[in-house]
Amino acid sequence: MTGEPAIVAEGLHKRFGAVHALDDVSLTVPAGTILGLLGPNGAGKTTLVKILTTLLHPDAGWARVAGFDAVAQAGQVRSAVGLAGQQAAVDPLLTGRENLDLIATLHHLGGRETRRRVGGLLERFELTDAADRRASTYSGGMRRRLDLAASLIGQPRVVVLDEPTAGLDPASRHALWASVQSLVDHGTTVLLTTQYLEEADRLAHDIAVIDHGQVVAHGTPDQLKARVGGHRIEVQLGNPAEATNAVRALEDIAGTGPPDIDPHTGGLVVPITGGAAPSAAVIRALDTAGIDIADLEVRRPTLDDVFLTLTGTATGVDQPDPVAASGGSS
Amino acid sequence: MTTGVLTAGLRDTAAMTRRNLYHYLRVPALITLALAQGVLFVVMFTYVFGGAIPTPGVSYVDYLMPGILVLAVAFGSPNTGVGLAEDLTTGMLDRFRSLPMARPALLAGRTLADAVRNLLVVLLMIGVGYLIGFRFHAGPLAALAAIALAVAVGYVLSWFAALIGLATGDAETAGTASLLPIIPLAFTSSAFVPPETMPGPLQAWAGINPVTHIVDAIRALILGGPTAMPVLQATAWLVALAALFIPLAIWRYHHTSS
Repeated sequence: MTGEPAIVAEGLHKRFGAVHALDDVSLTVPAGTILGLLGPNGAGKTTLVKILTTLLHPDAGWARVAGFDAVAQAGQVRSAVGLAGQQAAVDPLLTGRENLDLIATLHHLGGRETRRRVGGLLERFELTDAADRRASTYSGGMRRRLDLAASLIGQPRVVVLDEPTAGLDPASRHALWASVQSLVDHGTTVLLTTQYLEEADRLAHDIAVIDHGQVVAHGTPDQLKARVGGHRIEVQLGNPAEATNAVRALEDIAGTGPPDIDPHTGGLVVPITGGAAPSAAVIRALDTAGIDIADLEVRRPTLDDVFLTLTGTATGVDQPDPVAASGGSS
Repeated sequence: MTTGVLTAGLRDTAAMTRRNLYHYLRVPALITLALAQGVLFVVMFTYVFGGAIPTPGVSYVDYLMPGILVLAVAFGSPNTGVGLAEDLTTGMLDRFRSLPMARPALLAGRTLADAVRNLLVVLLMIGVGYLIGFRFHAGPLAALAAIALAVAVGYVLSWFAALIGLATGDAETAGTASLLPIIPLAFTSSAFVPPETMPGPLQAWAGINPVTHIVDAIRALILGGPTAMPVLQATAWLVALAALFIPLAIWRYHHTSS
């Protein structure tokens, strides 16, 4: 299996009635890496996840996962792939240990191997103390960890995580990121979907941006950021009502056209060419126009900028994410 | 099918049955309500209709028991679909489908666990029936066959409910939809009143209604008399319905994702 990518998808199409959920999606994930699949709600992320985990058949195209065809060799794919779907799929009436025991039995592990793996995973996900309590008493973060543990029982070579941190508080989110990182450190390949740019930026070796069922960009986080150009100056005004005047005052300050207004923060974003930051010119221009500045920051483009440029929509608008929406300044 | 696949399939089914039996242990209301309903059926139907419906030569509780056994397991069957619809909406079904387990195991385990519950319901109803005068008249073997037939009806209906649960994908809809055909079928059969007392067209329908054949078979096993023909007809119906609903439910399971 050396050399063969862990996941290859070629020309995948999937329609649901009039909706073209996947429209010619191709991608490759080298073994031992993390691919972040980034896109807004309804972009086709979950459809792709379901095809790769054999839950759906594509209308056209093919996919190989861990060296097996996702349709013709679905059984082998299921043995080699662990799935943690959008919801924490744990049985609330069973204890944490019983949940994992059940999944281990369905993987046809023997009694001793089941005890070894279940014990190890409970330990690793800090669930040992809660192991004999019903999962209905778990917090959201604990359920997620149990769900992830369940997806790892079969020691999968490929792990597919569909929005694994949706609805988690920041501490649980960071803990989950650490778990995902340690998976890859141990040689597992991970495909994770997310709406959170920081998550993809933080974890993924490669990012595929998907929108309306198509991959609109694919590359490393740095490559994607390079596509949208240089640095930005972000200005928060003392009085947001003066935004229009400020846009006029800064109209051609950096030779890149008028500044944008960030939909999340209400601040002005001035794209600038080259590495140098003519922030002094911005301050002078606003001062001359008599406009107060509350805050000014020079930053590299974030994946938010990438997303805005590539798809024309901001991410996370309907579900503001406290981490990503804080600006992701770097 | 190799023996290895078969063994794995049985083990997966056993694991799934255990999971659902745990549910009954953890939420005792699921089973106590089903038991209470069974007891209510026995007491209510016997005392409310008992005086009003003439069943010449037979005490009404003896005449009634087959019908209410079938009605009780039928009323319990929507649970199967409700449980599967919940598995679907909570993502459990996707998890199971992503595992290298035997494909029918989730449904087989669920329906088997529900058959265990139905067996308890049937036994309790017979026990309560004995307190108010019900008796088996055809010996222990026929009694066992009557119980087996009642549980088998519940089992086949569970597969029908499974199909509805997966097709509707919503617990509440599944519960209502899988109960819908049961009420008219049960009440236009020989379950509660002798078909001879029905108006002509209804009498003709009652004659072909599968519930009539099943109830008549259980009744023959309880009251005595010729049993071979009614039991054969009832079994044929159950096998035919199973041959329809089991493959359909499994096919639906293959094609269901949240």
